[in-house]
Amino acid sequence: MSDNFEPRALAFLCNWCSYAGADLAGVSRFQYPPTIRVLRTMCSGRVEPLYITEGLKSGFDGVFVFG
Amino acid sequence: MRAANEYNCGLDDRAAAYIPYTQAVPMVFSIDHEACIGCGLCEKVCLAGAVFYADAPRITELEVGAVVLATGTGVFDPSRFDTYDYANHPNVISSLEFERILSASGPYRGHLMRPYDLEEPKKIAWLQCVGSRDLSHCDNPYCSGVCCMYAVKEAVISKEHSHSGLDTAIFFMDMRTYGKDFEKYYLRAQDQGVRFIRSRVHTVEPAEGGDLRISYVDEAGQLNSEVFNLVVLSVGLEVGAESVELAKRLDIDLNKNRFVDTDCFTPVTTSRPGFYVCGTMQGPKDIPQSVMEASAAACACSSTMSELRWSVAKVKEIRSEKDISIEKPRVGVFVCRCGINIAGVVDVPAVREYSKSLPNVVYVEENLYTCSQDTQVKMAQVIEEQGINRVVVASCTPRTHEGLFQETLMNAGLNKYLFEMANIRNQDSWCHSNDKVRATAKAKDLVRMAIARASLLDPLAEKKLDIVQSGLVIGGGVAGLTAALGLAEQGFDVVLVEKEKELGGLSRRIAHTIEGKDVGEFLDGLIEEVRGNSRIELLTDARITGFSGYKGNFLTEIQAGGAPERQISHGVTILATGAREYQPKEFGYGEKPGVMTQLQLDELVTKEPATAAAWNQVVMIQCVGSRNDENPNCSRVCCQTAVKHARELKKLNPEMDILVLYRDMRMYGQLEEFYTQARREGIIFARFDLENQPVVDSNGAGLSVVFTDHVLRRPVKVVADAVVLSAATLAAQNGPLASMLKIQSSPDGFFMEAHVKLRPVDFAAEGLFLCGTAHSPKLISESISQAMAAASRAGAFLAATDQTIGGVVAQVNPELCAGCLVCVRACPYHVPQIINSVSNINEALCQGCGTCVSECPAKAITLANYSDDQIMVKVEALLEELENVM
Repeated sequence: MSDNFEPRALAFLCNWCSYAGADLAGVSRFQYPPTIRVLRTMCSGRVEPLYITEGLKSGFDGVFVFG
Repeated sequence: MRAANEYNCGLDDRAAAYIPYTQAVPMVFSIDHEACIGCGLCEKVCLAGAVFYADAPRITELEVGAVVLATGTGVFDPSRFDTYDYANHPNVISSLEFERILSASGPYRGHLMRPYDLEEPKKIAWLQCVGSRDLSHCDNPYCSGVCCMYAVKEAVISKEHSHSGLDTAIFFMDMRTYGKDFEKYYLRAQDQGVRFIRSRVHTVEPAEGGDLRISYVDEAGQLNSEVFNLVVLSVGLEVGAESVELAKRLDIDLNKNRFVDTDCFTPVTTSRPGFYVCGTMQGPKDIPQSVMEASAAACACSSTMSELRWSVAKVKEIRSEKDISIEKPRVGVFVCRCGINIAGVVDVPAVREYSKSLPNVVYVEENLYTCSQDTQVKMAQVIEEQGINRVVVASCTPRTHEGLFQETLMNAGLNKYLFEMANIRNQDSWCHSNDKVRATAKAKDLVRMAIARASLLDPLAEKKLDIVQSGLVIGGGVAGLTAALGLAEQGFDVVLVEKEKELGGLSRRIAHTIEGKDVGEFLDGLIEEVRGNSRIELLTDARITGFSGYKGNFLTEIQAGGAPERQISHGVTILATGAREYQPKEFGYGEKPGVMTQLQLDELVTKEPATAAAWNQVVMIQCVGSRNDENPNCSRVCCQTAVKHARELKKLNPEMDILVLYRDMRMYGQLEEFYTQARREGIIFARFDLENQPVVDSNGAGLSVVFTDHVLRRPVKVVADAVVLSAATLAAQNGPLASMLKIQSSPDGFFMEAHVKLRPVDFAAEGLFLCGTAHSPKLISESISQAMAAASRAGAFLAATDQTIGGVVAQVNPELCAGCLVCVRACPYHVPQIINSVSNINEALCQGCGTCVSECPAKAITLANYSDDQIMVKVEALLEELENVM
């Protein structure tokens, strides 16, 4: 793993909390690496284990589920 | 240009063109003309042309049927007090300034610092009752009702903010944590090490290095002093001069404390017909009470104008939807520049051109502001002209703008669910402003993902379901009667159910309010009004035997008197099941003659005033069955009951010696004045601790009470003709009803509202409302407010006449369902039911979270708009060019 390794992450965010939090991060102009891709679900309860393994199989270095 | 930021109490500054605060509604800029130098540059640079620099105040005339005063109060300005050195010392601040310091959007970004040197304080003191309960320094005899609780909160939160074990001390006279579950918070604060010092503060003087020395007299009369890094003055609420002026202009009577004058039985009605009041303009109060009163004022308004409902409303015409079932996806993409918010970072033309290359895309355009009115009109035209059947907007967040764009789809004849957003502002340009290349790559990814998902979306049907235009009110006390009348006056039929043969509940046993108003007379009038209202059907001696259905369509089985069980259908349910008086086990109650509860005293004074008048000495004991291990809550009303009865006894026999033994006199708000009067009239108040309770004894001669005097610090014995116990107000035994209606109760049995501050009369389950002492102990005036609030909330729901159901909801395929109960257990809203061995999900109740879908082992449930494909197609779209995610 090289020193400038930047992990690529997939994130499942709940519409009511963490997705709102990601929006607020923008409103507050918090800067973070542009290597995260967000999928909005209406509840983190909608995220199935399969989605997480699919995400990892697809080449992402990590999968977040926030809710 | 910069100006002092008044929202942060002048602790920082802001621009002359500004948004007052982060939660402002509407979230738009205004110009501070006092700080503005008049260059007019803002008008020239605004890309949206939204600034009209020469804009001036306009007078608009409106024809209205009622007016609600909700102008609130300001806080007391402590610079009038020289003893606290507030005006001169930067480290003596008001509680409001401290709120701003603790706030993440405040002057110090939520870091705990003191103004003098921006150092983190290690010791903070709060001084209570600054500008409240005070006639010597100011003209505010009342208690502000909220300061004890906010001081405790500030102390607890600042401990959380501190990095170094902050020491906090609150200097107070009486700790008035009388609200629902507030006492538990007070106890928790003590556990967390907040110090509570019962005292009178003498002076606050500067000490070395910006610190302050507080000199105070403790309960034993000892003079002490202690040095703190920061001193917070818990300032009270005070009606501002502008509000006084407004009331005068509107010809509305104020009382001597400058609050709007109201009667305890009509708590939101002002002296002028058609004018109502709510919130702190009526008297000091906290958020839940203000919210209740606001709904109560709405109830009062709509009761007088129910016939006019919808008469000036305009009905929006809804276009019929185009059938797209046989069409291939034709995606239209609208990429927003959002002025420079997106375009300043993301290469919008590049995203636009890139979008054109993607599958199913038939049309792409970029807009300066996609959300603007003119763009919306154009967008609807483009959708029709280009035969677009899926729409993608790449702009801000769906959380704020999805609804707006969906409406445009509907205006273009498209189903609103054929829409997807790519969040390239909040979650892209704003967060990666230093990396334009990768922000643009991310925007392309997000748009590609959105287009892929949009291509898989199906139209969803929403249905209209009629709301049964009537209500059920359970409980025929003051709250239930008021709620029933409130609903009926708004034009809805009501069934009122009371379990006893007689109406009136606990209030039947109360003769007068503390203001001296006749409760019986009021109750009789209220009952007569209810009986005379043709919209109200009254069922006494009745039981609820069955309950089913959901918001808008409830079905309840009732057994009343000897009549056979009957079913009623109703759209809303209001619970007003009341409370009961604790039967004391303490102080020889039930054994020693002459020991009675306050309710028993009330009845005795009413029925046999001569007996009471013959007493020479009476002792009252507070907090009997409240604020102890068994029942940690404060019962809120007993302090005022004791003061009320003590004064009534004193009136019967001015020679009578009356001693009230208390722990904290919680005479909140304007009740304080009755406490002051009671002391003037010679009623003695002496404090005791939970650990050192009074002892009641009886011998042949009568009763005696031994208590430890807090000044003398030694036991004192008094003889008494009567010992009156202020017994706790406990929840009614509602267990079976609560489980039948599937509503939640707190551990002490009071019903739990949906949100303690913001939704104080709603249950979490929709269509169900609560009011009165079933919620928590409260005064009659407060029960009336809350009952009117419940009637208002219920009425607002009924007024819609129908509700939209469907859309994003879970659907069960009965062929695949094994009836395994996993969904029943997984659903956070308790919606699925197993009927005929398969799961049944009521689309009127489903909240669309999809938890059951993920849990179902047989994959028998699907969530509309969020099928596996519709979610994971985004990951697949990402995979196509994963190298973008560098």
